[in-house]
Amino acid sequence: MNIGINGDSAIALAWKQIDPDVCAAYPITPQTIIVERFSDFVADGEVETEFVTTESEHSAMSVCIGSASAGARTVTATASAGMAYMWEMLGIASGMRVPITMAVANRTLSAPLNIHCDHSDVMSTRDTGWVLIFAENVQEAYDNAIMAMRIAEHKDVRLPVMHNLDGFILTHAIERMTTLDTHAVKDFVGKYKTDHSLLDIKNPITHGVMDLQDYFFEHKYQLVEAMENAKAVIEEVFEDFAALSGRKYEMLEAYRCEDAEYVTVVIGSTAGTMKEAVDQLREEGHKVGCIKVRVYRPFPTEKFQELLSGRKMVAVMDRHISLGSTGPMFTEICASVIDAEDSPDVVNFVYGLGGRDVPVSDLKEVYMKMIDGSCKKLNFLGVRL
Amino acid sequence: MTLSLKELSKREQRLTPGHRLCAGCTEAIIARQVLMATEKPVVIAQATGCFEVSTTIFPFTAWNVPWIHTAFGNAAATCAGAESAYLALRRKGKIKDDIRFLAFAGDGGTYDIGFQALSGAVERGHQMLYVCLNNEAYMNTGIQRSGATAHGAATTTCPAGSCIPGKQHHPKDMTMIIAAHDPPYAAQAAPHNWKDLITKAGKGFECGGPAFMNVISPCPRGWRHETENAIDLSRLAVDTCVWPLYEYENGKFSLTSDSLRIAEGKKEKLPVIDWLNSQGRFKHLTKDKWMDTADAIQEQIDKKWEHLMKLCKL
Repeated sequence: MNIGINGDSAIALAWKQIDPDVCAAYPITPQTIIVERFSDFVADGEVETEFVTTESEHSAMSVCIGSASAGARTVTATASAGMAYMWEMLGIASGMRVPITMAVANRTLSAPLNIHCDHSDVMSTRDTGWVLIFAENVQEAYDNAIMAMRIAEHKDVRLPVMHNLDGFILTHAIERMTTLDTHAVKDFVGKYKTDHSLLDIKNPITHGVMDLQDYFFEHKYQLVEAMENAKAVIEEVFEDFAALSGRKYEMLEAYRCEDAEYVTVVIGSTAGTMKEAVDQLREEGHKVGCIKVRVYRPFPTEKFQELLSGRKMVAVMDRHISLGSTGPMFTEICASVIDAEDSPDVVNFVYGLGGRDVPVSDLKEVYMKMIDGSCKKLNFLGVRL
Repeated sequence: MTLSLKELSKREQRLTPGHRLCAGCTEAIIARQVLMATEKPVVIAQATGCFEVSTTIFPFTAWNVPWIHTAFGNAAATCAGAESAYLALRRKGKIKDDIRFLAFAGDGGTYDIGFQALSGAVERGHQMLYVCLNNEAYMNTGIQRSGATAHGAATTTCPAGSCIPGKQHHPKDMTMIIAAHDPPYAAQAAPHNWKDLITKAGKGFECGGPAFMNVISPCPRGWRHETENAIDLSRLAVDTCVWPLYEYENGKFSLTSDSLRIAEGKKEKLPVIDWLNSQGRFKHLTKDKWMDTADAIQEQIDKKWEHLMKLCKL
């Protein structure tokens, strides 16, 4: 069915169709609509979910870990400062191998206080052992919420998954979206059953042990393997989802890249604007393309190598800066292509911080700077200097 | 519930021997008493601290019951998560057992960093007995002061210096703070009085909602006393009214056991100086120079005791 819906409500709708066992909720802009809409479904008896309205995000994630360890399918949502506040618990969730899924309405981190979009929240969690998935539009935000559960709960992965959507640009914008049938969603996610439930009183298990120099490293290495396993699982879930919905997703989506000499790499809603910039420049005869990153963790290194080798220049678009360095995706892409046979020049554009608007004209300028050779290594797009 | 040692000795050992707590530590004694208070299946959530690290060093565990630790400041929230999963799965018919939820945390994990999570969990009404193992400082990290540390006590972050004689503030009254949340049950207990403690834990498990127990837990390392004195100190804390035994049940405060007898004039109320003299952490207060502090502590203990007796309508 085609409906008009904003990104937050689309995620709440996906959760309603999934009917998770437990949802921990704490309000933070621009995520709040998700838990508000979901609380409507709870209040009206449309889901059987235990809805836990915690007093903080730290407790929200703690509730999620306790709940998921007890064998309950568990969801939550957050953004920005909220995620910073639960940061301690993010690594504990992955370290304890609990398949929580969390919607993140990407918003910048203070200070100065600002409620608008950039990726400083999610990028600050990239080392915490969560699978990171991004959406370009409301449809993808909805689809990702459903696929995230399958990825997280797969026995070869058993890692928490963050499904991100750009704050306000997607959370609050009403777009047309095609919904899936509720039965089809339930069949797709299947039933969740853990092998190690905290509530299995006949087989008591100690969860969250003290793990010292003699074992810790091996247990961390298991996370390395789980992330590697996630690559094949994600592809498999994308295949199954395509069969269900007709929408085929890739970890990296190449747009008009076949013969492109100049390529940008972009995450989130800006990908849509970037495609428009590519179309306009193609009209003008420029060989340009763009790559949209759907999955950031596990980082699709091999795919980047494949897609970027042989290009004249690649501009990595980071909606976050690691202060004192560059954008984080830039360094990772450099590391990915450094040993490629025909390694491209790679430059970095930091853009859109604190929700600064990103018009097509600015994005065209990125390509024109690559073409005329006026790029620096690190560039700032759309800032008054 | 009628309690006899003979009966209790037959109960399942839920915390097994072989854990690595210090000699003379009362935390395991308290935990075993609490766990004897119910024969129903128990799931435990625990905050980071001495008790957690000493019972679960991988690949070993001292726990015979399901147990979870996630972090320091969130035992109540982790427990609430497990309990929420239980409610959801039971409603869906996936679990049939009648389970009780239990959280253990130290005073740092209760009075300070875990306070918000505890307050939230009590307000939301989770079925959970939360037990604070209160040794009045951050013992696991090396005896630093907490919001529970006694006025005048020396710790490694409020040492007895030549200008400042130990901690300068009275402890928070956490039991009263939780009672102000109006849960079905809250209590103070002490491990020397196993009958009182187990009776209270039994009420906590069966009250149908959130229950809180604040249990004083003598610590030979942190309090600077001999290991064999822990149980005597537990008794002395009660006899000096430093640690009154009482409960808050369905909106009503009541003194229990020896504290009730003291209030009724049937037992002598010992002076606080006996308490201060019994432990190395207060040793500096016996010098003439700091007698004012010792007096101020007695005054505060008397004030709190009078107030408590009024609440108990005595």
